[in-house]
Amino acid sequence: MSDLRDLYQDLILDHTKRPRNFGPLKNANCRADGHNPLCGDKLTVFVDLENGVVKDVRFQGSGCAISTASASMMTESIKGKTRAEAETLFGKFHQMLTGPQGVELEDSDELGKLVVFSGVKEFPVRVKCATLAWHTLNAALKHQVEPASTE
Amino acid sequence: MKGLSEVLAPEIRRAAASLDVARIREDFPILKQQVNGRPLVYLDNAATSQKPRQVIEAISRFYSEDYSNIHRGVHTLSQRSTQAYEAVRTKVQRFIHAAEDREIIFVRGSTEGTNLVAYGYLRPRLQAGDEIVISGMEHHSNIVPWQMLRDEKNARLRVIPINDDGEVIFEEYEKLLNSRTRLVAVTHVSNALGTINPIRRMVELAHRQQVPVLVDGAQAIPHLAVDVQALDCDFYTFSGHKLYGPTGIGVLYGKAKILEAMSPFQGGGDMIASVTFEKTTYNKIPHKFEAGTPDIAGVIGLGAAIDYVQAIGIEAISAYEEELLDYATGEISKIPGVRILGSAKEKASVLSFTLEGVHPHDIGTILDQQGIAIRAGHHCAQPVMDRFQVPATARASFAFYNTKEEVDALVTGVRTVMEVFN
Repeated sequence: MSDLRDLYQDLILDHTKRPRNFGPLKNANCRADGHNPLCGDKLTVFVDLENGVVKDVRFQGSGCAISTASASMMTESIKGKTRAEAETLFGKFHQMLTGPQGVELEDSDELGKLVVFSGVKEFPVRVKCATLAWHTLNAALKHQVEPASTE
Repeated sequence: MKGLSEVLAPEIRRAAASLDVARIREDFPILKQQVNGRPLVYLDNAATSQKPRQVIEAISRFYSEDYSNIHRGVHTLSQRSTQAYEAVRTKVQRFIHAAEDREIIFVRGSTEGTNLVAYGYLRPRLQAGDEIVISGMEHHSNIVPWQMLRDEKNARLRVIPINDDGEVIFEEYEKLLNSRTRLVAVTHVSNALGTINPIRRMVELAHRQQVPVLVDGAQAIPHLAVDVQALDCDFYTFSGHKLYGPTGIGVLYGKAKILEAMSPFQGGGDMIASVTFEKTTYNKIPHKFEAGTPDIAGVIGLGAAIDYVQAIGIEAISAYEEELLDYATGEISKIPGVRILGSAKEKASVLSFTLEGVHPHDIGTILDQQGIAIRAGHHCAQPVMDRFQVPATARASFAFYNTKEEVDALVTGVRTVMEVFN
């Protein structure tokens, strides 16, 4: 059962039960809907982007423990970052979840608390749960009209 | 809930009790493995069931010894293949108690059977303003083909509502039938809730208005004795892979009179009597609906699966699975925070549930870590999820090779889920 604890770490469960920055954002000037058709997870990411900087970000929706915790921790990680920094962080996050086994991630410091999701790598079908919020954020920052999808 | 076993004859109850599950499990090679360090507990039978070696070997033997194309060769192998293929048609006829073997059409599965009826039967007969009636517990495969026709023809899709137990509301069904109704398409057993629909009564009511009925039997065929003449339905579809047979093969049953009046669904070889560039004469039923080289080996595998099921006895299977479902329902209900979806009086082999504060996807992952395979999601029945206001459910579905010990493993597994989240 040790694998399970790698996936469902206390920090993840904490964010699942008490998601941060949850609910709509009144002053949002970017927003996007995300959908994972595999499990029916749906969420909306709201961003208040000022001069290319994420001044505030919130999300709402329903999903599994991994997708909810990932969305919650994403909002904490990107607040105050520039659009480019947020995109770079997503790149590193994605690399951590999908990169080759056994390869140490460069600059994992940048990921900070997000390394808690490294256990998801052992559960390939759950990678989409962890990345849904990030795909949706990307769509919001690009002002995409079509809902983001993990497919 | 009154279980099927209570209404079954004593000899069938004895048969259920005498089902030698340990010996049956020996027939299923896949069940012997470990998954994530634990013995595999396969409870995803409503998605697809596992195959006994009798089916696997029949397909292998057919390819090794008899395989050829059918219906056109004068050579020996072609004759053997044709004979074996057509013998399965007769086997299916007897299995579902159809009046004639030409009423059995081989298709890829229930989905293709439904589409064949949509395009071959209903499309030429459907006018703007006409109505198609389905139920609120249909699988997407018995919704989408009708929506496509509705949109093309400007017709209406009417939905029979279901009650909190997950049963069709009969009075509402009665109200929906009218002079504009052209077809009723309803599932025999719900894949998301396990409800067994009162098909015979539903058919009777539709026939009073001269409305034909298509029954989606995908979930019913592995669990219930099906008699299409007793049901009096006009069409019945099922898939081989849920009946311990191979994927890619299924059956559409249709009353001969209706099939004869229908246009072909697909054009090609084998479905013709003669072809010139000016005119083609179609073959007779069932061949009219089997264009191209069919899944011959799939048909052979389906035949072996039916033999296997009949050797055990579908009534004994029904009774045993009913016992298993009753036991599982009782045990799972004891876990705090569990909500079972679907409490119909007549139910078959499906246990759909949610756990307070835990998404079904997480239940699925945690159970998988303990070697237990269930389905987590909307089960291709999103309107059912909406009806019960849940995004998804966890679903355990049983077959005759499952045991009470496996149900116990499921219950322990679900308790572990609670521990992880509390």
